[in-house]
Amino acid sequence: MTFTYAAKKQAADKKAKLFRKDGIKLLLMALPFVIFTIAFSYVPLFGWIYAFFDYRPGIPLDQTPFIGLENFRNLLVDPRMGPVLINTLALSLLSILMAPIPLLFAIMLSEVKTEWFKRLVQTVSTLPNYISWIIVFSLAFSMFSTEGAVNSIMMKLGIPGTPVDVLGNYDRVWTVQTLLLLWKSVGWSAIIYLAAIVGIDAEQYDAAKVDGAGRFRMIWHITIPSIMPTFIVLLLLSVSNLLSAGFEQYLVFSNVMIADRIEVLDLYVYRLGLVTGDYSYSTAVGIFKTVISVLLLFTVNALSKKVRGQSII
Amino acid sequence: MTTSANLKPDRIRRHVDWKDVLFNIFNYTFLSLLVIVTIYPFYYIFIYSISDSIEAQKGVFLWPAGFSLEAYKTTVQLPGIADAALVTLGRTILGTIITVLSCSFFAYLITKNELPFRRLIYRFVLITMYFNAGFIPWYLTMKTYGLQNNFLLYILPTAISGFNIILIKTFIEQLPPSLEESAKIDGAGYFRVFTSIIFPLSMPIVATIAIFSAVGQWNTWFDNFFLVENPKLQTLQLVLYNFLNQSSSLSNMSTEQLTRGDMVRTLTPQSIRMTITMLVTLPIVLVYPLLQRYFVKGIMIGAVKG
Repeated sequence: MTFTYAAKKQAADKKAKLFRKDGIKLLLMALPFVIFTIAFSYVPLFGWIYAFFDYRPGIPLDQTPFIGLENFRNLLVDPRMGPVLINTLALSLLSILMAPIPLLFAIMLSEVKTEWFKRLVQTVSTLPNYISWIIVFSLAFSMFSTEGAVNSIMMKLGIPGTPVDVLGNYDRVWTVQTLLLLWKSVGWSAIIYLAAIVGIDAEQYDAAKVDGAGRFRMIWHITIPSIMPTFIVLLLLSVSNLLSAGFEQYLVFSNVMIADRIEVLDLYVYRLGLVTGDYSYSTAVGIFKTVISVLLLFTVNALSKKVRGQSII
Repeated sequence: MTTSANLKPDRIRRHVDWKDVLFNIFNYTFLSLLVIVTIYPFYYIFIYSISDSIEAQKGVFLWPAGFSLEAYKTTVQLPGIADAALVTLGRTILGTIITVLSCSFFAYLITKNELPFRRLIYRFVLITMYFNAGFIPWYLTMKTYGLQNNFLLYILPTAISGFNIILIKTFIEQLPPSLEESAKIDGAGYFRVFTSIIFPLSMPIVATIAIFSAVGQWNTWFDNFFLVENPKLQTLQLVLYNFLNQSSSLSNMSTEQLTRGDMVRTLTPQSIRMTITMLVTLPIVLVYPLLQRYFVKGIMIGAVKG
């Protein structure tokens, strides 16, 4: 007994010593990355302090009056806050409403039996995902400006009411932006569903065929239920991103005619901060957004844990 | 599968009914339309850019109107374009190298059981994916670090990315541990093991991440937009954006007003705009086949991880 105990202890000691020496080495190697993460992701959080001061650019923070929660009280009475929130929520909800389209697209694509056509559609539809919003804007501008291709064609065909300024249309701005987002993202969003469809056990389809199920029944009873979990996870994630309606898209597409209805929360934060120069209030609005988003994420995650027994983050 | 054995063959055979045929017609038509809607804007920009500038104003739809490379010749000589191309290329290459090296080495360290506080460190880094300090704090911090009007702004902040680290860590963990152990016995340290064994073996995932981040770098412009005014440090994307803003505000003027003065007589701003767009898009389109393959692979690994 004592012998084995001693041997074990010796081995454990040796291991612990090695562990410590190697551990320190590893820790030293990991340290630069940790410091880096702190510098670029955690240090900016200290900037939240500006929200509690009446900060003006150029004056050091220690000579700036502390105003406590005044900026957050202002947030509640800010007349611009209402429209901005409505824009943000409307655009987010519209894109959530579009969420089933990539799923339908994936199903339609998986029903194509001509291999080359399938590959062509998939390759082409994913391309817009890899280009920046600036290029999307340039393409959209060439298509839809009053001198653009679409208007020229419609005028040539003699369709009345043309040219239409699609990108400057105040009443249709949400629709136009949602369609642009759909154009850019549909192929990419479908990839994950296509992967899920490929992963479905072929025996299920064989069995259904044997039972006399047609194509639509198989889609309805096998394909859709199989990809539902993926759909739900993505849907929940998009709910947690409710307040983060795409900043770049709306910044790029904003113009005088539609600025009012396209100004989302992120854009407002930017305008308050860099255009108006109200750093403190802009930070407060940013904090409001971050806190709500993190809360939403936790809620959605808890919901997912409860319903599916699986967390999504 | 006992049921299939006692079935008559005629029940297994697929019945081609009208609903099926209708669905196929609809499906192929719809998907073809989708392909056209997606590809046409790119095609339009392309044929416009190689058209004769003046001819093109009468309308370009399916074929180039005349043929001229004048727009390309002029565009590449526009002030700022050469610098911007160099900056963009530089940030794409350097930024990608930095991201790939730091994410993969860090991911390797995280897979080591001997690393003290391993889980804590991993969480500490990953959690940064889920929060964001906000615009002004980011802006002021970058300024404090002296990154305003600094090329390093483009390539440093993206070095560590939680998502990349998850992908590489997952990949390294499924490599056979015996390879590493034998190298250890031969006296190789962690760094040696990483450079001579782990990194070369991780090439599939490293390539995926390199392409991920190269496309990201090529397409990023907001750091340039907010923090860099130096004309020598502009990116192609922003040059295009500025040009677009100019020409969209100019589009109401008559062509005559635009083409006189120091503008080249035979070249319209539309042609220049299309040409810049082509130049910024072309690299993406050219590496696209490669992209597609690796991206899909990458998203799969990500999806498995959840």
